[in-house]
Formats: sequence, structure tokens, C-alpha cells
Amino acid sequence: MSIELKNVSKRFGNVAAVSNVSFSVNEGELLALLGPSGGGKTTVLRMIAGLELPSEGDIFVRGRRVNDLSVQQRNIGFVFQNYALFKTMNVFKNIAFGLKVKKWKRADIQARVSELLELFGLEELEKRYPHQLSGGQRQRVAIARALAPKPGVLLLDEPFGAVDAKIRQELREWLVTLHHELNVTTIFVTHDQEEAMEVSNRIVIFSRGNLEQIGTPREVYEQPSNEFVARFIGVMNVLELDVCKGVACLNELEFPSHGLPDGQRLRIGFRPYAVQISSDLKAYRYRAILRHTYFLGVMLRVELELPSGLLIRARMTKEEYAFQALADGKEVSFQIRQYRVLAREGEKLPPEVAVTHDVPVALGEGI
Amino acid sequence: MAGAPPTDTDLIRRRASRAQSQRGTEEPPLIKWTLLTIALAFSVVFLLLPLVNVFAQALSKGLNAYANSLTEPDSWAAIRLTLTVAAIAVPLNVLFGVAAAWSIAKFEFRGKSLLTTLIDLPFSVSPVVAGLMFVLLFGLQGYFGKWLEGHNLKVIFAVPGMVLATIFVTFPFVARELIPVMQATGLEQEQAALTLGASGWQTFWHVTLPSVKWGLIYGVILCNARAMGEFGAVYVVSGHIIGQTDTMPLRVEQLYNQYQGAAAFAVASLLALLALFTLGVKTCLEWKQARAYELAQRVGQ
Repeated sequence: MSIELKNVSKRFGNVAAVSNVSFSVNEGELLALLGPSGGGKTTVLRMIAGLELPSEGDIFVRGRRVNDLSVQQRNIGFVFQNYALFKTMNVFKNIAFGLKVKKWKRADIQARVSELLELFGLEELEKRYPHQLSGGQRQRVAIARALAPKPGVLLLDEPFGAVDAKIRQELREWLVTLHHELNVTTIFVTHDQEEAMEVSNRIVIFSRGNLEQIGTPREVYEQPSNEFVARFIGVMNVLELDVCKGVACLNELEFPSHGLPDGQRLRIGFRPYAVQISSDLKAYRYRAILRHTYFLGVMLRVELELPSGLLIRARMTKEEYAFQALADGKEVSFQIRQYRVLAREGEKLPPEVAVTHDVPVALGEGI
Repeated sequence: MAGAPPTDTDLIRRRASRAQSQRGTEEPPLIKWTLLTIALAFSVVFLLLPLVNVFAQALSKGLNAYANSLTEPDSWAAIRLTLTVAAIAVPLNVLFGVAAAWSIAKFEFRGKSLLTTLIDLPFSVSPVVAGLMFVLLFGLQGYFGKWLEGHNLKVIFAVPGMVLATIFVTFPFVARELIPVMQATGLEQEQAALTLGASGWQTFWHVTLPSVKWGLIYGVILCNARAMGEFGAVYVVSGHIIGQTDTMPLRVEQLYNQYQGAAAFAVASLLALLALFTLGVKTCLEWKQARAYELAQRVGQ
């Protein structure tokens, strides 16, 4: 186990930035800290680095408690959001800085920096100053500089935030490749769920200082622990149902009550891909008007308006769309194949309820 | 703030003026030329002419007389004393200025705005009043006068008092130049240095200092110019004992009152040269900063 946080909290004055967070990071893992801004993820990263001190709790790196170790003693590489390159030093000196202050021999510094320049494809740029580099080049210099003193852990704060969308994709793939090659435990902070899903081995999701869920990209997508995660990761239709006469319903939609008594409320969510649409009005149970089609490439997203005015998002391939001869304004029938019972934030549900359910045949079939 | 990088509007304005476009908002030529003439005439009459006159008067009796009046023992003593006072006051104010700018730009603490205001105090107090304050503190009738006399220490009417007065008057220059530069630089580069294992001192020496280098030099130059040229505060505390507590500005006044015009202007010409040197360095530094800023902007886009 490379890094472990135990009941870590951080308060700034009266504001709790991080509340009672515990998780561990495996050796060689690529972990994403994901959440909306103000969620506390950057504070967690800075506490691991030693740039902030936890108000409560302990942080362990390779089994050693590091709370009382200074930033310098922690042997971590930190890449700042805006890279924080030394603007008065050229690329070579930026990368060499960490070695110079650690009193490496001149020849060793030369060898290590050359090695990194080659690894990062920066050989031509060693004499350039930060203001003469592009955003992507700056990021590579910043990571090379952080890796130069061979840190045990690499921490990146919003590594793709400062570059434009076009090269962001390129950089993501590059980071994954780099991580494969170096195999150094890496933690990065992002507010972009797609980025976290694509790049990381596991994702830790934060909201308002609380750890909401930790898991592989697949786990957090398919088994969101609560409503916040369900809404934050990917697109989710979330409905609040009233239980009456043994079924949970909202307008015309009906779901099993999962043992809840009448008068209770049940919150469920379903992914757009779980909605099946047919232009044959007798094919499925519910009717709706196809209000709008969003073109996303191979997939299309459509917005369905139910007779009661309720809006539902669905997703299908463009072949399916063409096969069904769908178009905006057309009346269709649909069913929901799968849904998940969602816990509200902070709420605990019985484990057999808070899972993914297939819609019973009796409720899903056409009339 | 002259030392701060130009703002976007400055750059846009500069580009616009280069383009020389006749816009709808531009004034008619008559007004433009009238204003220009007034501004130019003012500068020539009140700035350029006196400056030229200083050198003309100083050299009116020939180069020999010029050299003689500078090497005359009392004037020579004034020149040396001026250099001594500046040599003590400027380094002390650099030390203080860096410390103050650092704490204001990098730390959050109570009373921060009070400190910022205090730094500016010498700008708003008349130098004569500043001098008087020191006389009231350290003079014979002052609060510490008895104690100082008992320990045979002389502050007022001696060099220590003049150094104190000079420090007071030149107090803001370095800090005022550094604060905006340090604020603009932010904390991240220093934090990056720390994560790379640098000690506090290594961080200051290799990261902080180089990034505020031009602002610091500019502050030192201004501080020095004022330290050498200060009249009012030093006049009050010096007691103007000829050959002992006369600095160059005081010496100029004395010579002039003794109807030694050429000698007075000779000493004055040294101060004028210092002013020209300061202006030259200032212009050069501003140009350098604007260039670096524009370069960074262009690459950043």
C-alpha cells in the first residue's frame, strides 16, 4: 500500500474543506480525485504533498506517518495546475533544480536531465524559457521537473486544465503511456468525469468535502453509491417516485415499491442506454413524443416528452435510429429495461435494494 | 505603479497609437497641437532649461574651476558624507523593503492593511516634520536625549541622525516597487521549489529573488536617488556644521548663500547627473519589463 489517509479532515477557519476522509492508494496505481470545484479534492492532494496540514487524521506514505514531515522531506513530485515553472530558468535548469538543491554531482545531474529530456521529447527545447513554450510543452517540463528527483509518488493538480481541448485528448493518452513506462504511483485531481474515467485505474469521488465513492471507472459508473455520484458520472435520469397501492409511481411511470410502505418516496435512476424506443406504438408500454435529437457521433441522444410533460433522456446508435425511422416530433413507445434505487446523499439503504434492478416483465411489456 | 508590468489597456493603447488611425473619438488637429505645444513648452521651460542651466553655470568658469570647486575640502567632505549616508541607508531599506514586501505579498495576517499604510507614511509627511520628529526623540530636550547624553552618544547634529532621517524618507521605495511584483508572481513557484526539496533560503535565493530582480533594482535606484538628494529632513537633524554634517544638497544651499554660484552649481551638477542616471536606468528597466511581459503574452495566446 503506497499511500493511506485515515479519518483526515481539514478546516479553514470555520469552513470544513475536507471531512473525515479515508482511502488508500496502491503501489503503482493511477488514481483520480474527482469532484466539482470546491469539493475538497485539491486540498486532499495538497495535504498528501505537505503543502497543507490536516486538522485531524493521519496520512501514511509506505507505512510511515508523514504528518510531521515537511514538504521537502516527503519525497513527492507535485505538478501545479498552472505548472509553476521557474520563469527565470530555462527548461534544463527547471528540470535540474530539484537535483541541484539536493546536491547531486554535476555529471549525475547532466545525465538525469538528459534522460528526462529524451523521455519527454524536450531535447530541442532545453535552452528555452517557460514563456517560449506551448501549453503542452510546459506541462511536459513540469512533469519532468517533478519526476527528476525520483519521487515515490507523483501528484498532479488538474493536469489538463490549462491546455486547450484539442491537445487535452493527446495529453491524456500520453499520461497513461507515461504511467505504464514509469510505474510510479500517481494521483491526479480533475473535475472532468470523462477524463477521470478514461485515464485512471480507480476514481475517488468528492462532494463538499466528503468522500462519496471510491472504485474503478466501471464500478462508479454501473454501481453509483448515491444520487450525487449517479448524476456526476455520466448522464442519468433521476426520478422521485411516490409509493401508493404497492407500486412506486411518478405520473404514468410505474416501478416496484421494493417493500416500501404507501406514502414513502423512492428515488431511482436509469442510464439513457437502458431506455428502449420503438416507432411501433404497440411495442412497449409507455408512449412519448421524441422532442429533440442530439448528435454525438456514433451514438445519438434523444429527449422524450411523456404525455404528463416529464422529460426522459435516451440513447441509441444511429443505425437503430434510422432503422426505427425516428425523427423529431414523432410519437414512439418505450420501456425502461434497467434502473437503480439511489440513496440520497448521506442516506443508507439496505444493500439488496441499492443495486441495479431489471424491470419485471409484467411492468415492462407492451399492453 | 511604474515598476509594474503594463496592463492590457496600456498595450492596446500602445498598439492603437502605432496604428495612427483617425478615429471618430480623436480630437481635431488644432486642439491636439495646442495641447502638445503647451506640454512641450512647459517641459522645456520648467524641466529641460533648468537642467541645462545647472551644467552651464557649473562650467561657466571653465573646467579647472569646476574641478577645484568639487575638490575643495568642505565640498569634498559633503560628497563623501552623502555617499556614506546613502551606503548605510539604502542597504538597510533594501533589507526592510524585501521583508515587508514578502510578508505583505505572501502571508495573510491581521494588520496587513495597517502595515501597507504605514509603509506609505513617509510619502505623506513633510520631510521637515520627519526631521523634527527625530530631533524631538533624540535631541537634547527629546525623550531619549538624557540617556544618549549619559552614554556619550550623539545622534542629532551628527551622522547617525542624518542616516535615520534618510532611512525614514526613503523607507517606502523598495517595498512599494516589490509588493506588486511579488503579488503578481504568487506563491506557486516557491511552493514548487519546496516540493522539489529546496530549503527556504535556497527557494528565496534561486526562485524569489531572480523573479523580482528588476523591481528590486528599480526600487534601489529610486531609493538611492532620494537618499542622496534629500534636503529637508537632513537639514533639520544635521545642524549643518560645515565640513562635518553637510551633505551635497546642504552644501549647494550653503555655497549659493555665500554667493559662490559656480561652486554651488558644480556640486548641483553631480546631483543632476545622478538624476539623469536614475532616469536612464528607469527607462531601460521599464522597457525590459514591458518587453518580457509582451513576449509572455504573445506566447501565452
